[in-house]
Amino acid sequence: MAFVPVLYYVFQSAKNRLRCNVKPIQDGDVRPSIARKLKFTSWLPVSALVLLGVAGCTTGNPAGPGEFNDPYEQTNRRIHNFNKAVDRSLYRPVSNTYGTVLPQPVRRGVDNFSEFTDLPRRIVNDLLQGKVEDALHNGFRFATNATFGLLGILDPATDLGIESRDADFGETLHVWGVGEGAYLAVPFFGPSTQRDLAGDIVDLVTNPLAYVLTPPESYYPPSSTVGEYAGYRYTYRETLNDVLDNSADSYATSRVVYLDARRFELGMSSSGDAEDGGVLDPYEELYGE
Amino acid sequence: MNDLSRRAVLAGLTGSAALAAFSAPALALTEDQAVAFVRDMAADIEKTINSGRSEAQMYQAFEKLMNKYADMDVIARFALGPAARSASSSELSSYSAAFRGYLSKKYGARFREFIGGDIEVRGARTDKRAVIVSARAKPKGQAAVAVDFHVSDRSGKVFNVILEGVNLLTTERTEITSLLDQQGGSLSKLTAELNRRG
Repeated sequence: MAFVPVLYYVFQSAKNRLRCNVKPIQDGDVRPSIARKLKFTSWLPVSALVLLGVAGCTTGNPAGPGEFNDPYEQTNRRIHNFNKAVDRSLYRPVSNTYGTVLPQPVRRGVDNFSEFTDLPRRIVNDLLQGKVEDALHNGFRFATNATFGLLGILDPATDLGIESRDADFGETLHVWGVGEGAYLAVPFFGPSTQRDLAGDIVDLVTNPLAYVLTPPESYYPPSSTVGEYAGYRYTYRETLNDVLDNSADSYATSRVVYLDARRFELGMSSSGDAEDGGVLDPYEELYGE
Repeated sequence: MNDLSRRAVLAGLTGSAALAAFSAPALALTEDQAVAFVRDMAADIEKTINSGRSEAQMYQAFEKLMNKYADMDVIARFALGPAARSASSSELSSYSAAFRGYLSKKYGARFREFIGGDIEVRGARTDKRAVIVSARAKPKGQAAVAVDFHVSDRSGKVFNVILEGVNLLTTERTEITSLLDQQGGSLSKLTAELNRRG
């Protein structure tokens, strides 16, 4: 069921590349059999979208720093305000309690365990992206921390130079050539994009561990992830509170920060290799015209 | 903005004489110079953070460091967006002064979380008219983050800082243009608001 929005989104994005001439993502060698396949079956997404009555180029792929595609801004802003209220009444107090009650080494252990149990999902995505080296790296990391790291509570792998490398299905879609889509504020979860939301939904079912574990063990990974989020909210509370409370427009700030950080993560950001998202030159804008 | 063909057209329109005049003050910054510049800055920042001074003194020290190492006029004007074009020069200079105070306080607060942290320069590359110095910053007890400093070959100073992909220029433009909107588009009211925050 989770695949429905994804398929819909893949189609939508393919349509946009066809009809709006959106530049494809540059990813060099790991370029996508799926995107090519979609080109051959281009009639399919187009007719599907005509049937759905979706029009316009709403899911382009603006990659320049600070550029965004936000056709749902009105709704997004309402959700953003809702999320701020949830943060203030729930996430903030809970994460403060979490951070104050649990000592730092315990929180570190929770973070480690959460990341450890996430590794199988990352390996799946590494493979889907054709990144064999990353898959082996993460596999080795999993084996190391499973054995010498007391089932992932400690992280000896990082000390051995096998550092944490993230991979998610939103990234996989990016590697396959799917555009970022519209910016979204997701209730309870915050900033995202159409592609990343689709990726998050798929990632709910891509972790092989979930199919191996049975209760009560199967409850540990998601619990540790909740703990990890609380710990994150606590550790970066000053910066996050500053963005939410002191920004002139916390919605606009969240949007620019999320998109730039995410594009950087995907290797396509301001200092990255996006086609026109290179180095921002204020001198040219201010004095060059 | 970075479109090559557009620049080629512009170059053709303005003529080579004007272009030569424009690029005359170029410093021809080398990557080694830019790295040394960023190292000096990192050392100065670390010294200030660890000096044990009071908060107010620290913000003042940060403002001095920002003026020394960053091209604050360009950052301030860029952050203002299109409104910078219609503003008078006296309006602009008082706005720019207020912006400096505002920015040093805002980022000073972030820097303070960095006590005991470490900045390590990793390398540099040249991109058109800037040298990009890549570094890793490691706050105490936290994961290291990637920080890039963009040093201009026009001014020899830092004009953008990019922390894990989030860049200072667009973040501040978002903030300042929103503030300007809230002040009904009045630059003098915006300046007063920045002075209040700084």
